[in-house]
Amino acid sequence: MIATRTKVPDREPGDIEMLLPWHAAGTLNTRDARRVDEAIARDPDLATQYLVIRDEYAETIHLNESLGAPSVRAMQKLFAAIDAEPERKASTSVALSVRIAEFFGKLSPRTLAWSASLGAVALLLQAGVIAAVLMKTPTGSFETASLNTSERAAAPLTRDLAGSLPRALVRFAPEARIADIAALLESYQASIVDGAKGGMFRLQFGNAPTGRNEVAALLGRLQKEKIVSLAVEAQ
Amino acid sequence: MQVLYGRHHVRVFRFGLRLVRDEQVAEDLISEVFLDVWRQAGKFEGRSAVSTWLLAITRFKALSALRRRKDIGLDEDAANAIEDASDDPAVAVQKKDTSEALRRCLTGLSPDHREVIDLVYYHEKSVEEVAEIVGIPENTVKTRLFYARKKLAELLKAAGIERGWP
Repeated sequence: MIATRTKVPDREPGDIEMLLPWHAAGTLNTRDARRVDEAIARDPDLATQYLVIRDEYAETIHLNESLGAPSVRAMQKLFAAIDAEPERKASTSVALSVRIAEFFGKLSPRTLAWSASLGAVALLLQAGVIAAVLMKTPTGSFETASLNTSERAAAPLTRDLAGSLPRALVRFAPEARIADIAALLESYQASIVDGAKGGMFRLQFGNAPTGRNEVAALLGRLQKEKIVSLAVEAQ
Repeated sequence: MQVLYGRHHVRVFRFGLRLVRDEQVAEDLISEVFLDVWRQAGKFEGRSAVSTWLLAITRFKALSALRRRKDIGLDEDAANAIEDASDDPAVAVQKKDTSEALRRCLTGLSPDHREVIDLVYYHEKSVEEVAEIVGIPENTVKTRLFYARKKLAELLKAAGIERGWP
């Protein structure tokens, strides 16, 4: 009698096979990406494995996105500690500012060629969202004097208003044109509320809360779009 | 510093949280990480992305924090050998939800395997960047991720979920 195997058989992975996860994440260089694409096209087993990897990729993003964000306490603790640090000499401050400036030169670890222009579109759309929020927000809301602007920048722009509005993290295919993306946003009544972090955009669909089944169906439709390479639910 | 913090603190927190599995400890971690950045900005050599540098510091501090947790008394090897007992793939199967089972199995991987999967899939780090963050050769990064994926497949298979690979 043959026992049911639950352990995966041991074998050495091939070079291309080991690169598949990076291909799914879009972090391979052009040459390797082409090699992987060609291998997937001629090897059905590799293609099957790649589909499995895309699921893993999507669920890993979903899992991490569900972890939430740190409380304001962490930021307060940090800046209290910085305030307690010994005063720096002027020359050190200059060096630090240079370093910080260098940081911003490297803030985008992996930007595709098209992401710069898409980023501009995203900013414009975000500006539209901000304007809409400002126009619609009741004057009864308040802000504390110490509210940190960068903290706000990191949070979804419409978090307070959005409630359970359907949102998704979407990566567009590299060949997607701005006009295609604009058309897709219009057809889904979607807007970009954040992005492009790691090449992914946070989209919000419509203005009304939607049930889980509808969101799943929406994501399914979105995933089938030619210009969408990945779509996962986001908070 | 506020801009740098605003840009990176959520991902640093999530990476730390996946390693230490304790929100309080993870929040303390990010304060320590960015304070180190503040103190050592001059040492940043610019050879890698800022996020890579931040994640490397976070990893080091997370492992240090794990070692300090006397109530658990873990060393790194012991931590690597432990899988989360609370993550029972069978429970996920009962929910008939493959996606959820996959997420539970991802959580049930060893710290070494969780780490490499998170770095590649969520933090979108290249082979070279993962090698720099974890401090292992690039070939080891590739094989570690491959075996992490095999382990994930085993967990799913044990839970009755067949995905067509391997």
